[in-house]
Amino acid sequence: MTESVNNLDKIKQSLSRRNRAEKRFRWYGRLAIFIGLAAVMVLFTDIISKGHGAFRITYIELEVTYDQDRIGVENLTDPEQLANGNWEALSKAALRNEFNDVSGRRDKRKLYGLISSGAGFDLKDRLLANPLLLGETEKVWILADDDIDTYYKSWLDGESYAARMSAKQLQWIDELHAQGKIRLQFNSNLFTRGDSREPEQAGIRGAVMGSLLTLILTLLLSFPIGVSAAIYLEEFAPRNRWTDFIEVNINNLAAVPSIIFGLLGLAIFINFFHIPRSVPIVGGLVLTLMTLPTIIITSRAAIKSVPPSIREAALGMGASKYQVVLHHVLPLSLPGMLTGAIIGMAQALGESAPLLMIGMVAFIVDIPAGFSDPATVLPVQIFLWADSPERAFIEKTSAAIMVLLSFLIIMNTVAVWLRKRLERRW
Amino acid sequence: MQATNILILILGLGAFAFFLGRGRSLALAKPLGGIRKLHSLPSYYGLHAAMWCSLPPLFLLAMWMMFDDPLINSIVVESVADEIAPTDAASYNLLLNKISNLADGILPRKGESAVLIAAADHMEALRVISRWSLTALMLTLSGLGLLWGWSRISASFRARPVVEKVMQNILLACACLAIFTTVGIVLSVLFESIQFFRSVPIFDFVFGLEWSPQTAIREDQVGSSGSFGAVPLFVGTLLVSAVAMVVAVPVGLMSAIYLAEYASKSVRTYAKPALEILAGIPTVVYGFFAALTVAPFLRDLGASFGLSVSSESALAAGGVMGVMIIPFISSLADDVITAVPQSMRDGSLAMGATHSETVRRVIIPAALPGIVGGVMLAISRAIGETMIVVMAAGMAAKLTANPLESVTTVTVQIVTLLTGDQEFDSPKTLAAFALGLMLFTVTLLLNIFALHIVKKYREQYD
Repeated sequence: MTESVNNLDKIKQSLSRRNRAEKRFRWYGRLAIFIGLAAVMVLFTDIISKGHGAFRITYIELEVTYDQDRIGVENLTDPEQLANGNWEALSKAALRNEFNDVSGRRDKRKLYGLISSGAGFDLKDRLLANPLLLGETEKVWILADDDIDTYYKSWLDGESYAARMSAKQLQWIDELHAQGKIRLQFNSNLFTRGDSREPEQAGIRGAVMGSLLTLILTLLLSFPIGVSAAIYLEEFAPRNRWTDFIEVNINNLAAVPSIIFGLLGLAIFINFFHIPRSVPIVGGLVLTLMTLPTIIITSRAAIKSVPPSIREAALGMGASKYQVVLHHVLPLSLPGMLTGAIIGMAQALGESAPLLMIGMVAFIVDIPAGFSDPATVLPVQIFLWADSPERAFIEKTSAAIMVLLSFLIIMNTVAVWLRKRLERRW
Repeated sequence: MQATNILILILGLGAFAFFLGRGRSLALAKPLGGIRKLHSLPSYYGLHAAMWCSLPPLFLLAMWMMFDDPLINSIVVESVADEIAPTDAASYNLLLNKISNLADGILPRKGESAVLIAAADHMEALRVISRWSLTALMLTLSGLGLLWGWSRISASFRARPVVEKVMQNILLACACLAIFTTVGIVLSVLFESIQFFRSVPIFDFVFGLEWSPQTAIREDQVGSSGSFGAVPLFVGTLLVSAVAMVVAVPVGLMSAIYLAEYASKSVRTYAKPALEILAGIPTVVYGFFAALTVAPFLRDLGASFGLSVSSESALAAGGVMGVMIIPFISSLADDVITAVPQSMRDGSLAMGATHSETVRRVIIPAALPGIVGGVMLAISRAIGETMIVVMAAGMAAKLTANPLESVTTVTVQIVTLLTGDQEFDSPKTLAAFALGLMLFTVTLLLNIFALHIVKKYREQYD
């Protein structure tokens, strides 16, 4: 009797300790969730705070005279003259005109450094679009150099970053600002141009097109092949060692590191079949092999969810096995398959490691127009920019990441929406 | 004609054949009293004709594209062999490239020797012949196929089984692509690795303590002996993965437990997808975050404590990698925890255990095999992760277990060895394939083992 009372006391004594342990345990769980969510928040705020500035860029207003002698062009329709024209002279003259007290070579070089090195070509495009301007004078907003852009934005934000600026340049910017001749504009270059060594001229259009071409090829190849494989494995495959072997292979391929697929692409497509490097064809083939397991696995799940009664009913009406699949099972499982395909494509869109292996990391200025043009993709562009030493590229990289993430968010939202909207519960 | 144009033409012919075959079967059926008198539906006769019309030429096209380039190359090199005999594989490739570039007009012809220009012309001529004979052959084959398919159509012809047989084989081929991919991976890394192990003994590679893959270009160069001891890379990879696991396993596991056991339904519906966001973020974004935000932060933090933290520390790369893996572990663990039968929970609670005691003493041990399997899959993922370490971990191969120092990993070295221009047969590039072989073997073993454990565990409670 006394012993059981003792036990009861023991339990009572330990109860508060055990309850405290229980509470602690719960807090560990909450902490873990919090850490995960905090990581999401920190990541997004970090990227957005670094990258939001890239959507606007600094322009300087100058009075440009399209002086025929200075450019050295007589006939605007002659391509050879246009190519040899001294277009930079226009912007340089405009700068000297604006700050006419600058003399000495060093100061002049600093002065010319205010605007982008590609400003001359922008003026050329402007003149070609409107040939009547030749010999005239007009006020033009000209793209500023990336150092000026970085400084001006940081100065507007109240914490100026002037490490790469000379005292003269700071003074000029102050003057321009006082006269309202320097301002931030929407950075359309970011979306209309290809890559460039100059941060202010660099854009993601080339990379986005490269991603698009690569993804189109990936989708065209992997969706039909993946769905066919899933149909075979679910509906027709006999249960034997061979099909087991196929299944083991698919499951393992889904977990093989993506860089290995890059090695495969390099050894087989480039070194054996001699497809040129850096082209979306190879990228598409490699990503196809990489996304196939995902698509096969999700497609099989979608086919599995179609109840057998539907198959039996169709068979009972005299349909052949293929008619059952093509007329009934496939249409019913298509929403699930499409969801899987979109998720697979989102994976392929974010993938960069295998593409590094097959040479899609080249510096490519031209915007690819076809499957056999050298191209890079958005994630690789991000990788390349992240490696660049110029400070202005940090902003660009974050902006490119924001674009990539918004594509991914859109794709995943569509996938979730499709699943909710079209998937039938039996 | 371009390959794409031929492809479109053949597909167009196939569509034409479909309508022709279907039309003929309908015409045949009319006097007999409707399509009921045919063995198969009219569209099957159409498909049958289309298959005969387009499949053989497509097969020919694939074969042709595989073999015409090497054939032309060897004929051309053979023809100039009297004047300029290539001595080894490298000079052979160089010669071939030059001729091919001359033929394509990429290189200017001015100043090249007459032999080379003649060879380039020869190559160009052969290519034209190849292209036209391919087109002619494909069109002939397509026409013959169409005729054959057309002639076989009759009321008693069993078109459907034939078509379905062909379709079944196409489906089978698609399913077998997974096997071909695996075989392709194994062969591609194995062949190059064997070549590599011819110049560097396998023992030196696996157990060597020094990694500096710079090989000497000149014989007398100093300091570029090229040593390929991969142990520092393995240690670096393990270090980064270990840091990642230290972050990911507790956080992932605890959040899975909380979500599965404690969280209310509303918390679960919002917190779970929010955590899954981490899994959907591309690795290059994590790499950027690790290199530009986490690493400088850790360096400054270390400096304020008087510690010297490398700006490419294993801690930054591993920590961010761990964050990436959190949702992976949490969703796998969530699956296995919810799969533990409710009766086990009820039994433990009825004996007076608190909820956390139930979790720790009953549920976790019951779910342990599944959790271990999940963690192993996560480890294999951490080992094979590339972009984060390429961007945030170092290049220098150091043999250290200190996470504050910079280390390099297997994947980083594969990327650095293979990006940029270098000739393909140097031990430097081949070393990348040997590393790839190690990576593939290790991850494959981990995956097979983990999948086996998870599968077995599932069977236990199903």
